[in-house]
Amino acid sequence: MATERHDPVTGRLTTGHEWNGIEELETPIPRVVIFFLIAGTLFAIGYWLLMPAWPLGWTYTRGLLGIDQRNVVTRQVEQAAVSRAVWTDRIATEDFAAIAADEDLMRHVRDTGRTLFVDNCAVCHGVRGTGGPGFPNLAAGSWLWGGDPETIAETINVGINSTDEDTRISQMMAFGRDGVLEIEDIRSVAAYVRSLSGQQPGEADQARLPAGKEVFAANCASCHGEEGKGMVEVGAPDLTDDNWIYGGDEQSVFTTIYSGRQGHMPHWQDRLSPTDIRILALYVGTLGEGER
Amino acid sequence: MVSGLTVSERQLSLVVLTALALCGLAMAAAGRADALGIHGFIVLAFSLGLIFLVISRYNDPEPPTERLSRYYDDPTKVGIVLTMIWAVVGMFFGVWVAALLAWPDLTFDAGWASFGRLRPVHTSGVIFGFGGNALIATSFHVLQRTSRARLPDQFSPWFVLIGYNLFCVLAASGYLMGLTQSKEYAEPEWYADIWLVIVWVVYFLIYIRTLQRRKEPHIYVANWYYMAFILVVAVLHIVNNLAVPVSFGHAKSYSLFSGVQDAMTQWWYGHNAVAFFLTSGFLGMMYYYLPKRAERPIFSYRLSIISFWGITFMYMWAGSHHLHYTALPQWVQTLGMTFSLVLLVPSWASAGNALATLNGAWDKVRTDATLRFMMVAAVFYGLSTFEGSFMAIRAVNSLSHYTDWTVGHVHAGALGWVAMITFGSLYALVPWMWKQERMYSPKLVEVHFWLALTGTIIYVFAMWNSGIIQGLMWRTYNDSGTLAYSFIDSLVAMHPYYIARTVGGLFFLAGAIVASWNVWMTIRMARFGQSQESGADVPVYGKADAVQAGE
Repeated sequence: MATERHDPVTGRLTTGHEWNGIEELETPIPRVVIFFLIAGTLFAIGYWLLMPAWPLGWTYTRGLLGIDQRNVVTRQVEQAAVSRAVWTDRIATEDFAAIAADEDLMRHVRDTGRTLFVDNCAVCHGVRGTGGPGFPNLAAGSWLWGGDPETIAETINVGINSTDEDTRISQMMAFGRDGVLEIEDIRSVAAYVRSLSGQQPGEADQARLPAGKEVFAANCASCHGEEGKGMVEVGAPDLTDDNWIYGGDEQSVFTTIYSGRQGHMPHWQDRLSPTDIRILALYVGTLGEGER
Repeated sequence: MVSGLTVSERQLSLVVLTALALCGLAMAAAGRADALGIHGFIVLAFSLGLIFLVISRYNDPEPPTERLSRYYDDPTKVGIVLTMIWAVVGMFFGVWVAALLAWPDLTFDAGWASFGRLRPVHTSGVIFGFGGNALIATSFHVLQRTSRARLPDQFSPWFVLIGYNLFCVLAASGYLMGLTQSKEYAEPEWYADIWLVIVWVVYFLIYIRTLQRRKEPHIYVANWYYMAFILVVAVLHIVNNLAVPVSFGHAKSYSLFSGVQDAMTQWWYGHNAVAFFLTSGFLGMMYYYLPKRAERPIFSYRLSIISFWGITFMYMWAGSHHLHYTALPQWVQTLGMTFSLVLLVPSWASAGNALATLNGAWDKVRTDATLRFMMVAAVFYGLSTFEGSFMAIRAVNSLSHYTDWTVGHVHAGALGWVAMITFGSLYALVPWMWKQERMYSPKLVEVHFWLALTGTIIYVFAMWNSGIIQGLMWRTYNDSGTLAYSFIDSLVAMHPYYIARTVGGLFFLAGAIVASWNVWMTIRMARFGQSQESGADVPVYGKADAVQAGE
């Protein structure tokens, strides 16, 4: 049991204890361990003296440097705002035409707008603003509510069918589900609508076109216009181009007419600053530049 | 398992199981359609199954009294099997969630397979399922050997092992149903938490009762660590889970803490779970199986002492480094950071003590993959404690926090340290338990070692790269004073690393599957071949009174 012996490998004495064959050596604590324990402790004490460290009832030791993370971050945010003010002030105050004409200012808009857009808008509209099923393409130059910066800014501010009291409101009726039109009428008008954007109708659809035109004039033209060019006052899309939010194939158009559509876009004026919204409005306007 | 119990222990088992079954029934009745009701049925089925098992063996002859002069290892054996099952399950879910991050469609549109539900199944599966069972199984083994005393009775170890696994089942099934307290590593709801407290108190009592009756004058280091693990985890678990249930018929509860106090309590718990579950407990494992396998004395008894008290004292303060630059008052952050830094000294002292113990046995490390597992574990322990102290520095943390670097750090510890020391210990322990000279296939141990090491290295390097890139992208400004990258940009940059991480995880999982097969075949060898008492595991003194009797 308690018998010390020399370990043949290290030459050190064992402690004399033994547990199921396990022994321990009497090796002293290596100096380096003691050194780093002391050094670490001294560092800690030094750091405590300089920084906020120990609680004292309702308060705490503030530290000799007087550093407080809240003040530090407040100052940093203020400084950042000041250094950006050089150009953000102009964005906030000058009118859109003047900004758009200033290439230097537009460089800031592109840099900042992209990050703002991808962090806030890309979830629905895509990283490049090209949209997706159910979400409009912002790079196509085909606007539901108008594509000048003022109008885009207003759309971002209040949203579409959002909870904002000034929201833009737009709804396409469910012509089939609500029994406004017969199935055959819907087939006809769907064929007609597809022909507006230059899609070649099949033989059966060819025959439906005259009837479809009548149905269109009676039911759709009030929003989409006589020629189907859309109407920005009510957010009705242009049906004559090849941009489709919900799809331009036969089934999609039929579904749209049968069940109606009501897209949603949240309002952003409670979440983004007015300057950020102006930057976004300008940036969104530039989205399709390369392609057009 | 049942036939090893005395008749009175069989009766006690039936009483306890019946009480548990009634609890299950009450939960099912009170909970009805709530998830609590489903858990009630699980508890009921679980206890009825065990009642059936006990009754089917109830009339078996009593075990001979001669058993009292031997160690009681049945719970350890079952614990080893459970450890391997949880390893494969937990790591499988790990690979799945890793793949989900690279290919988000792998939820198959099922609610239960969403990331938020699968992830805790992974974390609890490996930490509590795999790690916890390994700790319970090895602690019973080490406790008896180093105390030269048999466990105090035969019922309570089963209660702890089986009760603990019931907790793990409730945890994992709850996550899949969407139950969570939203506290990381403390997700299970109130009734599961209460059950774990009961189990844990019994566990602690087993330790105390056995140590009281020990035949060795001193308590061995491994037992200090196991005791610290059991005691502190009890304290952490109780405090962090203080909550008020919505009603006794509902699984949902609300924490007693709110706001920044809640965050601080959670990370005091979270970091000390790392300290006392994933470090202390496994250091206990290391302090027994490493010197035993290497057949070398511990390098320094004194170093063991200062590392133990250093770790125990300083870890308690470190939790607030998880909340740097948050609403937490800065002075709390300062304390967390400084204690985390000094903590490196005792941590490295432990790792160094382990590695220096191998002096004189390095030839074995080269040839014996089992010992090499433990050696590499000690190295990774050193690496990840260094990394941990480094990341606790506020300036470093401002880059690393919320990035994959943290994930990489955790896995350097979990794969490199916790899993490796466990596999090494189990490869030593399994032949002892089933009285074989060696594992079924030492070659497969070697294969497992390289699979595990390759997997860990791929994983950790992928996450280092990913995390640092992510951290830098989140803080890079362009000339306009705007963040240069959007969040989506950083996700796109992560994608290749997420694939690499999945590959690393697959390697590690493959290793665990190989290990399970090897363990299983060793058990079969024992069943069908002849047993060979290995010299390493019998009481050192061949006398009849070598072991303090059980009852």
